[in-house]
Amino acid sequence: MTNHWCDIKNANLVLVMGGNAAEAHPCGFKWVTEAKAHNQAKLLVVDPRFTRTASVADTYAPIRTGTDIAFIGGLIRYLLENDRIQHEYVRNYTDMPFIVKSGYAFEDGLFNGYDADERGYPDKSAWDYELGEDGYARVDMSLEHPRCVYQLMKEHYSRYTPEMVSRICGTPEKRMKEVWDTIAETSAPGQSMTILYALGWTQHSVGSQMIRAGAMLQLLLGNIGMPGGGVNALRGHSNIQGLTDLGLLSNLLPGYLTLPRDEEQSYSDYIAERAPEALRPGQMSYWQNYESFHVSLMKSWYGDAVNEDNNWGYDWLPKLDVPLYDVLKFFDMMYEGKVNGYFCQGFNPIGSFPNKAKISAALSRLNYLVVMDPLMTETSEFWKNVDEYNDVDTASIDTTVFRLPTTCFAEEDGSLVNSGRWLQWHWKGGEPPGEARPDIAIMGGLFHHLRDLYQREGGAFPDPILNLDWSYQRPDEPTPDEVAKEANGRAMKDLHDESTGEVRVRAGEQLSGFGQLRADGSTASGCWLFCGSWTEDGNQMARRDNADPYNMGQTLGWAWSWPANRRILYNRASADTHGKPWDSKDKRLVWWDGNQWTGTDVPDFAADSAPEEGMSPFIMNPEGVARFFARDNMAEGPFPEHYEPFETPIGRNPLNPDNPDVTSNPAARVFRNDMELFGNAEEFPHAATTYRLTEHFHFWTKHCRINAVLQPQQFVEIGEAMGNELGIKAGDRVRVSSNRGYIEAVAVVTKRIKPLDVDGKTVHHVGIPLHWGYVGLAKNGYVTNTLTPFVGDGNTQTPEFKSFLVNVERV
Amino acid sequence: MEVNRRQFFKICGAGIGASSLAALGVAPEPAYADSIRHFKLANTREARNTCPYCSVGCGVILYSRGSGGKNVSQNIFHIEGDADHPVNRGTLCPKGAGLVDFIQSPSRLQYPQVREPGSNEWKRISWDDAFKRIARLVKDDRDANFIERNDSGDTVNRWLSTGFLAASASSNEAGYMTHKVVRSLGILGFDNQARV
Repeated sequence: MTNHWCDIKNANLVLVMGGNAAEAHPCGFKWVTEAKAHNQAKLLVVDPRFTRTASVADTYAPIRTGTDIAFIGGLIRYLLENDRIQHEYVRNYTDMPFIVKSGYAFEDGLFNGYDADERGYPDKSAWDYELGEDGYARVDMSLEHPRCVYQLMKEHYSRYTPEMVSRICGTPEKRMKEVWDTIAETSAPGQSMTILYALGWTQHSVGSQMIRAGAMLQLLLGNIGMPGGGVNALRGHSNIQGLTDLGLLSNLLPGYLTLPRDEEQSYSDYIAERAPEALRPGQMSYWQNYESFHVSLMKSWYGDAVNEDNNWGYDWLPKLDVPLYDVLKFFDMMYEGKVNGYFCQGFNPIGSFPNKAKISAALSRLNYLVVMDPLMTETSEFWKNVDEYNDVDTASIDTTVFRLPTTCFAEEDGSLVNSGRWLQWHWKGGEPPGEARPDIAIMGGLFHHLRDLYQREGGAFPDPILNLDWSYQRPDEPTPDEVAKEANGRAMKDLHDESTGEVRVRAGEQLSGFGQLRADGSTASGCWLFCGSWTEDGNQMARRDNADPYNMGQTLGWAWSWPANRRILYNRASADTHGKPWDSKDKRLVWWDGNQWTGTDVPDFAADSAPEEGMSPFIMNPEGVARFFARDNMAEGPFPEHYEPFETPIGRNPLNPDNPDVTSNPAARVFRNDMELFGNAEEFPHAATTYRLTEHFHFWTKHCRINAVLQPQQFVEIGEAMGNELGIKAGDRVRVSSNRGYIEAVAVVTKRIKPLDVDGKTVHHVGIPLHWGYVGLAKNGYVTNTLTPFVGDGNTQTPEFKSFLVNVERV
Repeated sequence: MEVNRRQFFKICGAGIGASSLAALGVAPEPAYADSIRHFKLANTREARNTCPYCSVGCGVILYSRGSGGKNVSQNIFHIEGDADHPVNRGTLCPKGAGLVDFIQSPSRLQYPQVREPGSNEWKRISWDDAFKRIARLVKDDRDANFIERNDSGDTVNRWLSTGFLAASASSNEAGYMTHKVVRSLGILGFDNQARV
């Protein structure tokens, strides 16, 4: 979230799209209720289903799954055509005046430079700003230059007329315009709309671009950085945010630092590419501090073993030959027999990943699988035959499976990062069952044994293993406190004030913020974003002062928020160019007091940079402003464009009906054996989508008695019209099949799903909750992801769980 | 006087007992006083924690029983929302309200186990055996398949034949340690639940 849960109360309007917060995040959704009750806010819900969130909305608009870019693209056109944008904001705080290179083009659904064989854009060099002789990006503040971002964007979305959007989305035009009109009202300075989204935006082959479209909408309306504004990802798990911040992803290092690619053999080039100089005069370009963060990380991991002479251990980091070894790529490799070992830590891939048959076959080709979990999972028992629910030949599966019991949240100390970026410390309340151990102890124990083997036997490239800093009090079981302090960071030498020479931080002391980090090896910090979370004043994450003196919901004394205890990102943009809040009464967040920036939140800005110095609010970008034009950062192109799901119920892209190459995302990676498994609308006519229920949490709560009682049995939802067409009544058992397999479940026939008129066809949606499996206390059920397609978003590779095709029959 | 939550309950419990007896106008006999049902949470320990399900991060209070002695393990028997928490203000959803059933689930794993190739059953093993066997498998695979240089002769130092899927609800500290160990081995097939 750019903002956080309590801040939702400051919103004038709430748009829930690509999520169902009332069902999936009930206690966070209370803040929407709060905004409605005490801030006279309205709630808009756009969703294929009339959800629990929709049931309390002021306006609900149905939409076909996977078409959100068309809906928002049409809205962007509507705002530009009718001039309902926040003028001063977009002119000064965004790239609208920036002039784009002349090679940039868009035609027939494709941007310039497309290579069909590669399924992508190998040369994106024209997707960038034109530079002037002074080296800075050229701008036209009148916004009249034909290649300025404003004009290009206007042209791009000119095709997204209300008729076209309605044809693609199936949303009735009248309802659509009602939603658009309400949203347009928040273009008034000081009015804010928040967007709440979740997996309904991420789990599409164009998911990243859907979210970008949402961010562009918020920029047009001047809603980024505002109290009650922002683009807010309601994340699915309690510490997905933290584990992402800590970089536990194929291509990342902690704090959104990135691993080098093969061609980056030179350390200085690696740093230079990630520490860009400012693209406009007077801008901060905060990533110029990249090397301070990187060196501090390497000191944290390798201590005295890394220094300037060995480039701070640069060669000890693995390098990437492909953009990502994400889970789809890795399971495809496993399926091809190229992977021998796999670890699953608190993760149930056979339930969570698409096309269960492929996942099951892949796991069966492993030599060893290690599962660490507090609960028994389907993955740990993928080899067990459980009748129709897991019909495998156990004797032929040669994988050795280890299952290691872990503690759960209640049995250990530590911190979790919630969706609002708050690091909250928790305390152990009891002992774990049997011999269960904390994950830290398991990783410590495993590493300890491994390092012993390398010490005794030698082996392949042992340097990073033998030199890993492991100066914990108990090497086989480091304590959470020690690790949290390491992630924050400390001084390795006395740190002196650059002007006076005075000692600021003594060697060994905890650092108080990432501004203290240095690239000369004198500081260590395991995650620069978390620097400030455990200072010399103690554990800041354990703070429990819930006072809210300004009644803005910011509670700066509760827990600790990254970065720098800041609660709302980009909050400089909540004030105008003179440093005065757009609304000084209800939206006062940060302001210039004549000497410095101050406010009800920690300013996201250089504290002493006066407004007249002209520094722009988006300090992480080298241009200082927010981007409508993504430059070369997205796989599909600089502006979001609507492409159909890979399994589309209409078989063509109404924007480019005659170009089959752009029916679905032309830049999405598809593995050969998966392309053949996509189904078509002749055989599988209905649009299916998967989701969660309020009574269950993924595959966990079917192990909890009360939740297993509340929702004991697998079901699927279909609309009344579809039920009548197929002769299916509520309570009938139905078979739902895709081109990859089938599940059987009880049918719920509901008024909440209505047929949509799309591109001249009637499209029915089928709703499939995903909580069942073949272990636990609830009744056994089929793994829902038996049905889903093995294809991901073009940038993140997040699977397309939300849009695929099925057939439904009564059994 | 500073009164913590537990002491507060004790005082309230005693107060209600005393005042209602006085209202009846009888002199309480010791045995009668003993039969007053004390507040269930009066003799518990509290621990502040965070709900491990979704990302709202609701504050919860874990109540456990046990003598508090060093050699006695505490048994968590009740969980409720933390009324001081600025986000959830004491409320919990249908998932969070059932948390105690997660801790006490019959599906909780107790001991390290192994399923051997082709076998249809789990076999209990010791932690030491588990670590030894896994470390051997990891090292043999890494030593056989580690890539120091690519075809162009560039230093790449990666290991692609073993992967690691990290958790979604483990603490930052567990995540940090996991990352530190996994990258030191050269693993690139590394993701967490954020990927899906």
